[in-house]
Amino acid sequence: MKKNNKAWLYLLPAIAFLGVFMIYPLVDVLVYSFEEGFNFASQTFSGVGIYNFQYVLRDPYFLQALKNTFILVVITVPISTGFALLVSLALNSISKFKELFQTVYFLPYVTNTLAVGIVFMVLFKKTAYSEGLINLLITFFGGSSVDFIDGPYWAKMLVLCIYTIWIVLPFKVLILTSALASVNQDYYNAAKIDGTSKWRIFTKITLPMISPMIFYLVITGFIGAFKAYSDAVALFGVDLNAAGMNTMVGYVYDMLYGNSGGYPSYASAAALILFAIVLTITCINLLVSRKKA
Amino acid sequence: MKVVLEHLTKRFPNRNKKQGGFVTAVSDVNLELPDGKLVGLLGPSGCGKSTMLNMICGLEDATEGKIYFDQEDVTNIPPEKRGVGMVFQNYALYPHLTVRQNIIFPLQNLKGDAKLSKEEMNAKAEEVAKLVQIEEYMERKPSELSGGQQQRVAIARSLVKMPRVLLLDEPLSNLDARLRLQTREEIKRIQVKTGITTIFVTHDQEEAMSITDVMVVMKDGVIHQVGKPQEIYDNPINLFVAKFLGTPAINVFDGEVKNGKLYIGEDCIKDIKGISEQKVYVGIRPEGFLINDAGTFHCRLKGVEVMGRDVNVVFTNPNHDGYCRAIIHNDYAGSANKKDICFDLKDNKILIFSKENEKRLYEEE
Repeated sequence: MKKNNKAWLYLLPAIAFLGVFMIYPLVDVLVYSFEEGFNFASQTFSGVGIYNFQYVLRDPYFLQALKNTFILVVITVPISTGFALLVSLALNSISKFKELFQTVYFLPYVTNTLAVGIVFMVLFKKTAYSEGLINLLITFFGGSSVDFIDGPYWAKMLVLCIYTIWIVLPFKVLILTSALASVNQDYYNAAKIDGTSKWRIFTKITLPMISPMIFYLVITGFIGAFKAYSDAVALFGVDLNAAGMNTMVGYVYDMLYGNSGGYPSYASAAALILFAIVLTITCINLLVSRKKA
Repeated sequence: MKVVLEHLTKRFPNRNKKQGGFVTAVSDVNLELPDGKLVGLLGPSGCGKSTMLNMICGLEDATEGKIYFDQEDVTNIPPEKRGVGMVFQNYALYPHLTVRQNIIFPLQNLKGDAKLSKEEMNAKAEEVAKLVQIEEYMERKPSELSGGQQQRVAIARSLVKMPRVLLLDEPLSNLDARLRLQTREEIKRIQVKTGITTIFVTHDQEEAMSITDVMVVMKDGVIHQVGKPQEIYDNPINLFVAKFLGTPAINVFDGEVKNGKLYIGEDCIKDIKGISEQKVYVGIRPEGFLINDAGTFHCRLKGVEVMGRDVNVVFTNPNHDGYCRAIIHNDYAGSANKKDICFDLKDNKILIFSKENEKRLYEEE
């Protein structure tokens, strides 16, 4: 028993830290989300119930954010993972300048999100003085220019998707190149002696060997994309509701601190809905990967 | 099928780029490996035996020289067209596939006319599985098998296409001692049954001696001796081969040929004909010693190692730095206070080597 007490003593700093900064806020969010008519100034509420959830689910801004987030998840996760796989395969098969290219592909990872946002502005934003680099290209090839930042919804979504893919790519490339490099060369030698075609080697040996890493990337990719916010801010500014490009985390933030802020109850409800979605998707992912493995 | 190597050479670029130049892993090897035999490539690590194996299977290109399978020059033919089967040191079984899928894998690569139906593939897989006695484990994953069973699966996978040559890279090094004994018999049995020319690489001389028909002893990329294991053991052509074969190792003494007699220190060992007067190395196999209180060879007893059937008598001699070992039948108990020990020596276990080039010096009959 004495031994046990000592163990708790050692754990105390970590438990205290986690308790104050993680468990208390989590419980608080749960409590907020069920307190109806909460007044931030007087810290009073009128009742307990599910009205906050009903409100949030009926709020057009929230529905827009939900739609945006889902589009972002569905488009960027598969594309970025697939593209990262292609890049890592290519990186793995070259011998010259391998380190150089690896560094180049890793650069976006260490670059500040907002700085990258500025670069994307230069590429895509139409101003009074310039059309933006991409529009110059489009018009050069005979198309008509599009306003990617303040224009139609699909154009804005396209830019956001490209931006997100570009931001998450380096980490995935890094993980996948090391996964590919860790596959024992003997497997490939054995396959070579047996006259296995390249495609078969890829599908029957390489992919299964690195599949745990791919699943890891898909799961973290889903979670990351559901939590997207700063990417949208970098491109479209802080008033995301006006731009119609808000994300779920953005909605939570706006409810707390934005122009329409001061509604911790709605923010908590939205956050819990997001949590439920992420949890469901992650569970499905794990189930699928377990079945395959 | 016969495998012939002609002037086979492999040079790798030096790892240390500053030094530049090349490292020669295999140097001008000429070798003819007979059809349907089990051949062991034996040598200390880094002697180029694995490189040679890789060149025979086609994973490494030869820098110079030719490789023939019977009359066919396969030097520039890619591995998949050579008709070789290879078992890797770590077996390289695909961990995500079952034993059956692993064995069938090479068959599924066949294209065109050679393509097999599912039933044919399964039949072939069952056949080799039976040969290596793993037919009960067909639906298991490799991770659910013991090391020895994995080894068998690897052999089955390399045999399923009926290769012309079977290559095994250190096939026993990942097994524990007991399994090693069992598996080497197994390899021998499979080889005899299939009649496929089999080449295996090992650094363990006991392993090579016990099962090979032909043994190739290599060092530093050069072949030192080729022959039947017993012949090489009895008649090594140089000091390296003599030292490399046999456990405990051969005891090497500084000696001298003088007045038609062989001396180790003051002890006259035997009469010598046909070797000119010179300083020599005298190698005596551990089994060449007979304890005799009136024996000609005087040494100091250090201790006795009990091995069960035999005992190793450990002794020193001023002309040998370190401990010598003699294998004596276990009725010898030694005596605690007796420090001097004398031996008679068996004539045919005494080997004489030149001090100049470490080559064997032969007596006249």
